[in-house]
Amino acid sequence: MTDEIFNPFVLPFLAGVAFLLIFSVWKYWRWIRGFDKLQRTVIRKNIFSWRFLPAIWESVREGLLHWRITKKNLLLGYMHRSLAFGWFLLIVVGFFQAMFAFPEGHHFWMAIFFNYFEPSHDISYPHAEFMANLMDVLLIYVLSGLLLAMFKKVWSRPMGMKRTTRHTLMDRVAKLALWCIFPLRLLSEAATSALYGNGGFMTRGLGNFLAEIGIADPTFALSCWTLYSIALGLFFCLMPFTRYMHIFTEIFLIFFRQLGVTDGDKKTGYTMFELSACSRCGICIDGCPMNRELGIVNMQGVYMLQSIRNLELQKNAESLAENCMMCDRCVADCPVNIDLSVIRRQVRIRSKADIDTHDGYGYLKNVQPFNAMSRVVYFGGCMTHLTPAISAAMERIFAAAGQKYWYMDKEESICCGRPLLQQGFENQAFELRRKNTEMIVGSKATMLVTSCPICFQSFTKEYKLPIPVMHHTQYIDMLLREGRLKVRHDDRRVAYHDPCELGRGCGVFDEPRRVLEATTTLLRTDEEREHSLCCGFNMGNPLLNLEQQTLVRNAARDNLMACNPDTIATACPMCKKAFAHADNVPVKDIAEIVAANII
Amino acid sequence: MNKFGFAISQGRQLNFDEMKSDKADRLLEVEPSYKWCIGCGGCTASCSAAGFTDFNIRRIHTAFIRGQYDGLEEKLRRCMLCGKCLLVCPRGVNTRSLIINMRRLLHD
Repeated sequence: MTDEIFNPFVLPFLAGVAFLLIFSVWKYWRWIRGFDKLQRTVIRKNIFSWRFLPAIWESVREGLLHWRITKKNLLLGYMHRSLAFGWFLLIVVGFFQAMFAFPEGHHFWMAIFFNYFEPSHDISYPHAEFMANLMDVLLIYVLSGLLLAMFKKVWSRPMGMKRTTRHTLMDRVAKLALWCIFPLRLLSEAATSALYGNGGFMTRGLGNFLAEIGIADPTFALSCWTLYSIALGLFFCLMPFTRYMHIFTEIFLIFFRQLGVTDGDKKTGYTMFELSACSRCGICIDGCPMNRELGIVNMQGVYMLQSIRNLELQKNAESLAENCMMCDRCVADCPVNIDLSVIRRQVRIRSKADIDTHDGYGYLKNVQPFNAMSRVVYFGGCMTHLTPAISAAMERIFAAAGQKYWYMDKEESICCGRPLLQQGFENQAFELRRKNTEMIVGSKATMLVTSCPICFQSFTKEYKLPIPVMHHTQYIDMLLREGRLKVRHDDRRVAYHDPCELGRGCGVFDEPRRVLEATTTLLRTDEEREHSLCCGFNMGNPLLNLEQQTLVRNAARDNLMACNPDTIATACPMCKKAFAHADNVPVKDIAEIVAANII
Repeated sequence: MNKFGFAISQGRQLNFDEMKSDKADRLLEVEPSYKWCIGCGGCTASCSAAGFTDFNIRRIHTAFIRGQYDGLEEKLRRCMLCGKCLLVCPRGVNTRSLIINMRRLLHD
């Protein structure tokens, strides 16, 4: 036994590793080949740059330490970290242990099943006692995470999750294999220890106990090791077909993302990496307003990605992708930072209805830009036409600041194209973007100010305009800071509603708050900034009916009304419309509040 | 004549025996809120596209429900889906969904 370097029980493990290796290399190779031209160029340009350093740091922080999950909930973070980081350390420390024990070299399975192959089963090599105890501590660390995972299955609330993911059969089998791995490892090591007295404090203790009750039997030990090897092999074989593929894929995704690769309108190899990087943790489910207010729990990010990835479920993908308000709450919550809204839009693309538009917008041909040299272009947006108080307030603010402006869509308004894009009509959206760009560039204006967050997100992310783009809250904030606009502070107590497209969509959280603090007393609400609630009336979901939208709206209203404000403030014409008749409290856009307080 | 503000209307009689209603039925199935439409024309009045051209969404959905599909698909492409009609509708009809679904049904 002393010089044994191989035993047939390692075969299942070896087979699993070989299968996993070949299959994932093939898979990843295929996906990398599926990258589009732009993505390849970006990778080639950045592959030998400093961007590698943050990528390595993020891989450690997210792949092993699960920092973003820890920020959500300590226990949940501990559970993920102990399983990922603990297992990782078990492997690394195990290899060092084997390196010390076999100075002339060893096969890698001798490190994995170290206690079985340990030379002479004594502790005469350097740091033996310490290493054995360290391995036991690490095993306890992993087992504690496993206990938490089992606890979460029964009662997930203390782990910060009201609802957990419904998994497929394959995922459940793989999870069972994973859960068996570590207890089996402990049992095998204890069984060997019962025979030879090796291992650390825990395995030796359990081994002594086994010896006392009379199970110091080589056959028993060997069968334990065989089961352990089978559990490992089974898990590795199932991995490529289950959510556990995220373990490696997430690292790839982090590197590609740090190199500057982004997802576009079409499904590419990069999308495949994103799909597989989803660990189906289900964190996206709890925050989703569709779940919270309407009890719809089949369309959240985790299920949508699953439906695209899983061939059997693919027929559902389109209907799942469509039923979403695009409020981006899941994007803010996702610990892997998967660009869920972009993927959702890819599925929504209506290739049949969105074919070449045959000049569908030919009627826009005659719309000509105005010569707005050295002026600001004001783009109210379609919705602002239904809330004329906002555009009137903006016109007063421009006048008070002495700023000449061109109200681009005062009479005839061309949509920014984002509503079309959200619904998957990308060609038509492109046509509108082209027309608006032509108008804005042709006007020779210096800056674009818009009142609608939907347009704002479109102008900043989808257009490539040569001039700066500002939402009116940012613009007013700039005027106040530069002293071009003077306002008085009144005694109103205001609760601010973060519009999804402005806040989570464009990261504009501070400017509206600064403006409100300059003019009123701003109250804090329970769920604000990244966690703000959708007003329910946005353009993302074409499937919701009025009652459902109202339910979502009411939840957002209750959140605002909880702090008992005199006025509800928002920065989006759509949100303003949504809250208009929700309560007795007046609803004002920030521009209106500022315009009323101009000195 | 159009420019004059007057036009001679075509006959408006519908022959129910010849009327095709399968697509209309499916439209009502996927977008039941259309049943509440009172044809007030608020959608057309608020329409962004109607500011530029003779796009008339009320006329389009009325024609669709009557089974008169000629040229509708091309007309529907003029819509910018901006959603003003949705906010204006006094009956809570989901007009955007109506438009998207009409386009989808015309393609099938």
